[in-house]
Amino acid sequence: MENTSKDYSHIKGWGIDADPKNDPTYPMRKRGNETHAGYTWERPPLQPENMEVLHSNERPNVTAVFGTSMPPKGLSGMIRRYAFQYGEGSFGHWLPLLVADRVNVVEGIVEDLKSGHVPNIFAERGMKAQWKYDRKGLLQGIAVAAAVTTAAVLLLNRRSED
Amino acid sequence: MLAMTYRGPQRVRIENKPMPEILHPQDAIVRVTRSCICGSDLHLYNGNVPDTRVGETFGHEFIGVVEEIGTDVHNLKVGDQVIVPFNIACGKCTFCKQELYGNCHEANPQATAVGGIFGYSHIAGGYNGGQAEYVRVPYADVGPMVIPSGMHPDDAVLLTDVVPTGYQAAEMGGIQKGDTVVVFGAGPVGIMAAKSAWLFGAGRVIVFDQEEYRLDFVRKFAQCEAYNFRSIEDPVVFMKKTTDSLGADVCIDAVGAEAAGSKLQTITGRKTLLQAGSATALQWAVNSVKKGGVVSIVGVYGPTLNLVPLGNIVNKGLTIRANQASVKRLLPKMIEHVQNGVFSPRELITHHIPLEEISDAYRIFSDKLDNCIKPVLIPPSARV
Repeated sequence: MENTSKDYSHIKGWGIDADPKNDPTYPMRKRGNETHAGYTWERPPLQPENMEVLHSNERPNVTAVFGTSMPPKGLSGMIRRYAFQYGEGSFGHWLPLLVADRVNVVEGIVEDLKSGHVPNIFAERGMKAQWKYDRKGLLQGIAVAAAVTTAAVLLLNRRSED
Repeated sequence: MLAMTYRGPQRVRIENKPMPEILHPQDAIVRVTRSCICGSDLHLYNGNVPDTRVGETFGHEFIGVVEEIGTDVHNLKVGDQVIVPFNIACGKCTFCKQELYGNCHEANPQATAVGGIFGYSHIAGGYNGGQAEYVRVPYADVGPMVIPSGMHPDDAVLLTDVVPTGYQAAEMGGIQKGDTVVVFGAGPVGIMAAKSAWLFGAGRVIVFDQEEYRLDFVRKFAQCEAYNFRSIEDPVVFMKKTTDSLGADVCIDAVGAEAAGSKLQTITGRKTLLQAGSATALQWAVNSVKKGGVVSIVGVYGPTLNLVPLGNIVNKGLTIRANQASVKRLLPKMIEHVQNGVFSPRELITHHIPLEEISDAYRIFSDKLDNCIKPVLIPPSARV
């Protein structure tokens, strides 16, 4: 395959941002000597910390602002607190967080049921759209899930009979 | 107010949640008029990003109207229509001073490797996102920019992430005039990366993907060559053969953690989460680039270990550049390009979907149904 497109006039804007100074260190080249001195910047005012905020053990403090969407709670919260004892490069940090996420999903279902809300899994998984645009895929998925469930039930029954 | 909430892998719904409040003097509350679902939201949606908590609201691409400002906000006023960059940045720390707004050190207590991002799990600060009617915007004097008069809102909303991220992918490639540039992934960011490569003077732009409709789209939108890697035995061998056995000058990974194309990567990265996502596109990029070439990564990977071909990176003397886009730094140039007709980002938008149908919107985008390239969500308060 040859490169035949030597005339670039059909490309609007060809080469307008070409910059021979776009070296790989940009924009790090803007770094000044003060960056070697650590936390030298004037920190913004600190957001009041009136809830539990976990922070990486690779930094000394909570940042000046933080999100407040879902503070840690319950069993998943305990696992998350454990995870934050480990550094960001460690499996000890990330694997417990993944486990906590799965535990949190079960907690969410329990919370729903306790508040009288039965989650509509069909709607939450967007199956209306899948029914409209990918009926075959949806039916295949349901068939596979049904087969796996049936096999698991049969296997468990056989073991209990033994 | 209505807001999308995460309930578990591939389960989201719309809920009534409390209105956001000013929690810091530099906060603003923005009423959302447009938000998007991003390809990187799908990593959260699929449960692949650690510390994604049930009840969180996603959405880091949004525009809206300023409804309320904190006592220390001076550059915005109530009623301003604003583009809100996806990164939350203080503007004061050593990284913001270097215009590395995606690496702010005062926006995310939970991790040091990544900055604060709206609606992107607690690993990115635990902020609620813009797939809602209202959202809290910290450091409102730093990030948000008033939408220029006459700019179409569909253009504006894509300047919050997709356009600058694709542009920065090309910029980080250090493209020199006449270079051959390869982009892995023809999602919205890959499409914009291919389009942007020409602006830096690329001589040839090649895109790989597995969806025919996306390949057709990128050929037209970015005037590039585009190939389906499913119909090619080995994309790396193909690249070598089409570049005199040398490889491309610049390779861009615009896919990240959920790449298809390698069974081993799929099992270890996508199914069992034993590494931080499937690094197939990155493998192909490293192996397809010329010795001394540049690999530019904007695809999102998780934080855990990856099966990266480090030996090849060292032996080939590669320069790897990667980052979250510094949207604020790039916004003025992006606006100029849109106004001059160099970009028409809204051509990427294939679906306008009411916020209330968020579950279906995620399914359509996630499963690439109905030839979806980019869905935009419209909250009910923006439809009157």
